[in-house]
Amino acid sequence: MSVLVYLALYAGAAVFVAASLVRAWMYARAPLHLRWELYPVPHEDPAKVKHGGSYFEDKDWWTHKRAYNLAGELGVMVPEMLFLKALHEFNRKLWYRSFPFHFGLYLLIGACGLLLLAALLGLFAPTLMAGALGMAFHWLYTVVGVAGVALALVGAVGLLHRRLTDEDLKTYTTAGDIFNLLFFIVSFGVLCAGFLLRGPGGPGVLAMVQGLLTFNKTLEVPGLLAVGIVLCALLAAYIPLTHMSHFVGKYFTYHDVRWNDQVNLRGSKIEAKLVEYLTYKPTWSAPHVTADGKRTWADVATTNPWEGAKK
Amino acid sequence: MTDKIKLTDMSLPGRKPLAHVENKDLMPLPYPLESPEKDHGWTALTEKVMGAVECGLDDTCALNIPQPKTKEEEDELVKKFLAGLDKLFTKENNWTFLQPLVLSMEHCAKCQTCSDACHIYEASGGNELYRPTFRSEIVRRLYFKSVKHGGVLSAWQHGDIEINWPLVARLAELAYRCNLCRRCAQTCPIGADNGLVAHELRKLFSMELGISAKECHDNGSVLQLKVGSSTGMSSLVVKDNIEFIDEDMTEKTGIKVETPWDVEGADVLLIHNAGEIMAWPENPGAFAVILNAAGIKWTLSSELAGYDSINYGLWYDDAQFARVAIKHAQAAKNLGVKKIVLGECGHAHKALSVIADRVLTGDLNIPRESSMTLLRDIVMNGRLKLDPSRNDFPVTLHDPCNMVRLMGVVEPQREVIRKICPQFREMWPHGVDNYCCGGGSGFAIMSGNNFQDWRFHVSGRKKMEQVLNAFSDCMDPSIHKYICAPCSNCKGQFRDMLAYYDMWAKQSILYGGLVELIVNCMVDAKPGFIDWEWH
Repeated sequence: MSVLVYLALYAGAAVFVAASLVRAWMYARAPLHLRWELYPVPHEDPAKVKHGGSYFEDKDWWTHKRAYNLAGELGVMVPEMLFLKALHEFNRKLWYRSFPFHFGLYLLIGACGLLLLAALLGLFAPTLMAGALGMAFHWLYTVVGVAGVALALVGAVGLLHRRLTDEDLKTYTTAGDIFNLLFFIVSFGVLCAGFLLRGPGGPGVLAMVQGLLTFNKTLEVPGLLAVGIVLCALLAAYIPLTHMSHFVGKYFTYHDVRWNDQVNLRGSKIEAKLVEYLTYKPTWSAPHVTADGKRTWADVATTNPWEGAKK
Repeated sequence: MTDKIKLTDMSLPGRKPLAHVENKDLMPLPYPLESPEKDHGWTALTEKVMGAVECGLDDTCALNIPQPKTKEEEDELVKKFLAGLDKLFTKENNWTFLQPLVLSMEHCAKCQTCSDACHIYEASGGNELYRPTFRSEIVRRLYFKSVKHGGVLSAWQHGDIEINWPLVARLAELAYRCNLCRRCAQTCPIGADNGLVAHELRKLFSMELGISAKECHDNGSVLQLKVGSSTGMSSLVVKDNIEFIDEDMTEKTGIKVETPWDVEGADVLLIHNAGEIMAWPENPGAFAVILNAAGIKWTLSSELAGYDSINYGLWYDDAQFARVAIKHAQAAKNLGVKKIVLGECGHAHKALSVIADRVLTGDLNIPRESSMTLLRDIVMNGRLKLDPSRNDFPVTLHDPCNMVRLMGVVEPQREVIRKICPQFREMWPHGVDNYCCGGGSGFAIMSGNNFQDWRFHVSGRKKMEQVLNAFSDCMDPSIHKYICAPCSNCKGQFRDMLAYYDMWAKQSILYGGLVELIVNCMVDAKPGFIDWEWH
């Protein structure tokens, strides 16, 4: 049983990381698109961010040195990532369900990190973990983990309830959307049940993580808990294959689209990319485009099919 | 209102419109337009139109797509549509928007947060067809089914949709029920962009099937590239018109006005939306008065498209967009000017300053600046003698989406207005949170069939509400009120919508630009530049 659990966990983690990286790589390698920013752009001058202004508000803006306001960007990014600020502002009803769900997942990830750290310390510095530090770790990952699972579970049930009952959402809800939420609920539910019903004498969570790290085949993982862990591993592998990978997509929608106000200066890297794109050969069929698969974008853009024609 | 529409209804055979909206369904307006019974009725599409073109979506028809005669013809069009859909997701055809489009396809959580931000959805009384995600969800399902070749599992995960000609025809029309204001995108927690999806859909239809709004293409970008301006004015005609405007302005202001043409090495090449010259000549006239008085070394260009800043390709076609942007840059390059300044036209601002930033390379990459910034500099630095008491009437400011939310030019025009208009009041919300005038993305120039009914009742309704609320403390016909809309398309929408609701005759609500307000309070000019007459 323990071997199956270990393999599932390693495989789940590997697929999660690999699929997320592949997705990120796919978005990152897309050509630099035309500018499509939305204001406010938080890395602008703080005096401008207040009203959503841009450097276009400055006379002869191209003669000014542009400052990148990292603090401003973090000031928007961090609350958005941690507390789903946009949802809180624009869709409070959904936020009451979505926030506990997402924050619960963050706590779970945090608990996993703490467990991993505790397990490593336990393996490599057992004397350090024998006393108060070990006890502190124990309480910390237990509280964070239990809170995480509970919040995520409550949030997922709330989201499922809304999906099934809200008329505005029903039209757009697919079988996959229901399955995704049920997958979370069942996985976390079984994990919780397995943890609570694991009985005396079985290995603790820390021992299981250490077993995972050392591939300790002698460890007896209780059946229900093992099922919960395997389900969670499958869930981790499944997430980046779906639209729930928005933790990857969101980076690009914000940084590459909404906030991308980088200026194309003569001789810049941006200009070099544009020069390359202008050699692409479009195949659009409408006659006015004058694309035939042989002519480049530069040819198309500098062709005026109507020049000299009478009105 | 019709029963709630489902996504799959888009594929229903036949040409029966899916949605029908009546006045009683619409978002209520404040005084004096609070009664749906007293509102204008909707002009019905004629039998002739219904029998000849595709109008199976709702109460109106923007595109006039001829009905295919045979099943084979329908199948051929569907095939072309799917080929175009594939091309939208290739870098060779769509490097311009590939990444944001794919992101919007793959990450919408269908949470409907965007719906409340959409003025069209809200004004329609929550009609499902106009929900920002309705269109996007259809395109998303098509993407997974046709572009990604998703099978049964994909249909289960992402939802299925039947692909047929009725769906394609309705989708083409639906692409023209969005102002592309992107207010919805601003609220999306993920960053998905329904405005972009509508934009890309328009591109697909134009660039693959040659289907677009006649007002934007034939009478818009094509005419501009053919004769120099979508107004149809050649360089000779435009020079004549400007000469006449100069004379008129000289008489009106008592200041000798002369517009310079084709001045090589000028500091500023000013490009107006040429619609101003035809419809609101006092606007280019006021610009000339201000720039001359401030001692700016400026010029207009008589080159092809160099005297008309419009770039309708922005709304529907990348090739047309790039061609016009390059013409604008070439006009500036040939004159050797230091910078291009864009007159009061929102979409021209965004087109040439923001979007064309990644089209223009080398010596075509000439600095572009907003006239709002230049005017702020002139007014706030005391380069004109101004008497704000001449503008002592209620003024509110409309924020053109393209200039504000999509470009970040928010404060310069406000600084000017605060200085010269003692009774200035904001609409609410305003700035980057503004609502579109309802004429954005080409709607202001679109009036075929009964499209105007839709754009006044639905797309312009939220702005009408904002205007009435901004002037709620002075709803008295004896008090002249002024909507400052520094954008030609927005002014076109205000002109038509205020006339439709008779707001000048009944409530003395006038609209105009920013430069008119400045000249109206110039001490050196004769008083009364704003003549408080409807035009």
